[in-house]
Amino acid sequence: MTDKSHDPNQMTGAAMIVRALIDHGVTDIFGYPGGAVLPIYDEIFQQSEVQHILVRHEQGAGHAAEGYARSTGKPGVALVTSGPGATNMVTPLTDALMDSIPLVCISGQVPTHLIGNDAFQECDTVGITRPCTKHNWLVRDVNDLAKVLHEAFYVATTGRPGPVLVDVPKDVQFATGTYHPPRKSDVHRSYAPRVKGDASQIRKAVSLLAGAKRPVIYSGGGVINSGPEATRLLRELVEVTGFPITSTLMGLGAYPASGKNWLGMLGMHGTYEANMTMHDCDVMLCVGARFDDRITGRVDAFSPGSKKIHIDIDPSSINKNIRVDVPIIGDCANILGDILQVFKAEAKKPDIKSWWQQIAQWRARNSLYYKKSNEVILPQHAIQSLFEATRGKDTYITTEVGQHQMWAAQFYGFDEPHRWMTSGGLGTMGYGLPAAVGVQVAHPDSLVIDIAGDASVQMTMQEMSTAVQYELPIKIFILNNQYMGMVRQWQQLLHGNRLSHSYSEALPDFVKLAEAYGAVGLQVHKPGDLDGAIKEMISVKRPVLFDCRVAALENCFPMIPSGKAHNEMLLPEQANDEATAKAFAGGKALV
Amino acid sequence: MNQPASAYFIEERHDPNETHTLAVLVQNEPGVLARVIGLFSGRGYNIESLTVSETEAQKHLSRITIVTTGTPMVIAQIKNQLDRMIPVYQVVDMTQTRRSIERELAMVKVRGQGEHRVEALRLADAFRARVIDATTESFVFEITGNTDKINQFIDLMRPLGLVEVSRTGVAAIGRGPEGM
Repeated sequence: MTDKSHDPNQMTGAAMIVRALIDHGVTDIFGYPGGAVLPIYDEIFQQSEVQHILVRHEQGAGHAAEGYARSTGKPGVALVTSGPGATNMVTPLTDALMDSIPLVCISGQVPTHLIGNDAFQECDTVGITRPCTKHNWLVRDVNDLAKVLHEAFYVATTGRPGPVLVDVPKDVQFATGTYHPPRKSDVHRSYAPRVKGDASQIRKAVSLLAGAKRPVIYSGGGVINSGPEATRLLRELVEVTGFPITSTLMGLGAYPASGKNWLGMLGMHGTYEANMTMHDCDVMLCVGARFDDRITGRVDAFSPGSKKIHIDIDPSSINKNIRVDVPIIGDCANILGDILQVFKAEAKKPDIKSWWQQIAQWRARNSLYYKKSNEVILPQHAIQSLFEATRGKDTYITTEVGQHQMWAAQFYGFDEPHRWMTSGGLGTMGYGLPAAVGVQVAHPDSLVIDIAGDASVQMTMQEMSTAVQYELPIKIFILNNQYMGMVRQWQQLLHGNRLSHSYSEALPDFVKLAEAYGAVGLQVHKPGDLDGAIKEMISVKRPVLFDCRVAALENCFPMIPSGKAHNEMLLPEQANDEATAKAFAGGKALV
Repeated sequence: MNQPASAYFIEERHDPNETHTLAVLVQNEPGVLARVIGLFSGRGYNIESLTVSETEAQKHLSRITIVTTGTPMVIAQIKNQLDRMIPVYQVVDMTQTRRSIERELAMVKVRGQGEHRVEALRLADAFRARVIDATTESFVFEITGNTDKINQFIDLMRPLGLVEVSRTGVAAIGRGPEGM
């Protein structure tokens, strides 16, 4: 028998988990202890390479890890216990799956001999999280653990990124086995995401682009996920072709909002010029976006006259919602590089002067118009003031979900990628505050602001306590209209103005609440006080709850009514009661 | 189009449905079947028939044969969704290749006496079904063939005293010397 006691690779499962985190360059994790992960917490206690951030609810750990991942491009890591710890992770895992965020979740599980016995804090974690992860594993043998952990990191970060979960029973954490550092053979042979685009498809794409009279580039979160090279190449492509560019909610910042070819965001609450350009274009280049229903509006009237090129790393995104003419499967950066190379060698900048003239006319409609007031703060105005006050600063923005999120996307200009963290696909209210915690952990010296709504922010408010504990000076900028604004907007537009349960009758005093947490509370009512208060918020080096009282009944425009096409947008100046009723007509429920 | 008030665009799809047989080669590991069928239920795809068994024990490979229906766009989506699963090696559309053979096996229990019993046996012979169990008042037939043939046989047995049917579901393989 050989003596293994001095073999440095012999260790417990719990020690392997911490070792694997270190081997994958993880410096910060977010978690919450419990019975089934205590051996791992014991290992964390005895080392200093991995910092653990104790959240107040596992959902907070998941969103914090998402914010961390989205703002750094590195995988976010969460550690939770069995049963409720794992079920509380379901929302962030689903959120990360929808938005393609690399997340590694390690969950404790009851000891293997108790699995299936309805043991205390037992749940079928891999069963529950199977549809909300890119892949997941239950590790029954400590000697499989190293391989699974390495594969988990690989799967989360390659191809289309996404969340993964490794479920580790407590006896496996205690058992001793052999660890090995990451190696290629750790990964399923069946998993080989395609990176390089097909050369003949790239040629077809270039010939379409070169011959375009009314082109548009429509980019998405995939460009940001692909990394800095993809962003650089996208900008170069816009420069070389002179094409107009719009982006999805997830893609903001890949092309700078201050860039001259920028049309603004597209989709349901996108700009008029972006949606009209999409509708009337003859060649559409979609890069790293997925023709989601908030983007397309009515699919049978979506950009009817265009040839569509679609670059995506996930083959299942191709032809899912919209039939495209030239699909190119692979990594954005790789394919954009190839397209640029062929374009520069064989094509010249198409003359699209008259197209730009048309776009200028659409732009002149000023679709983001709103009427400022001296009496009451308009939410759009609040975002614009915040944008002006933080311009040039090293700022990261997260959001919750609702009207404030759309206003933030419309009125806050992002010039760089990884600066905008929002729950796009799943639309998770309560995402922004814990995401801000994660962003601030990754960027301790930056200004991190959660643009929030009064309803959303209460869903994960407990993480203020985390922010205070770790001295994370996050700023929670609440556009407080006392309503679930987007719910109310739909009720006004579609449900006969019957405001069923969308008014918050008993809001907390956010200033006192901040103080109760040991944070700073600020409140502003008058437009004249807004700039000063924002300045104060920025200068405070502690967490802040900023209660910005805004016009209660303001709604978010422009808007594509449901069942309508891009060229049937409702503009703010048209959004009187009669026009609104007409735009939404056809629904019998609209009385 | 008259659609109810909704935050979602409710679209009517008119493309005709097609039936396709897909062969899916997967790593045989815990939960792999749950992943595949969870994909179908989660995304609202149909499963008409499902057959699964380990086919190469040393390599831990299993083959899942799925018969599904959908519009051409949905069928393409199903293939892509299956293909991107981590333990899936390969997805082959056996219907699209048009060079595949499909078979299923059924065991059919028929109870009856006199003329019905004789007629059942005569039809079984015509369908090349084998008797694998017999009592004085019943037969169990084993029949192999494509789905249509088995359906036809079962329909014929119905008035003759059909008691129960057990079917394996469809297995499919390509013609010619090439493998999958």
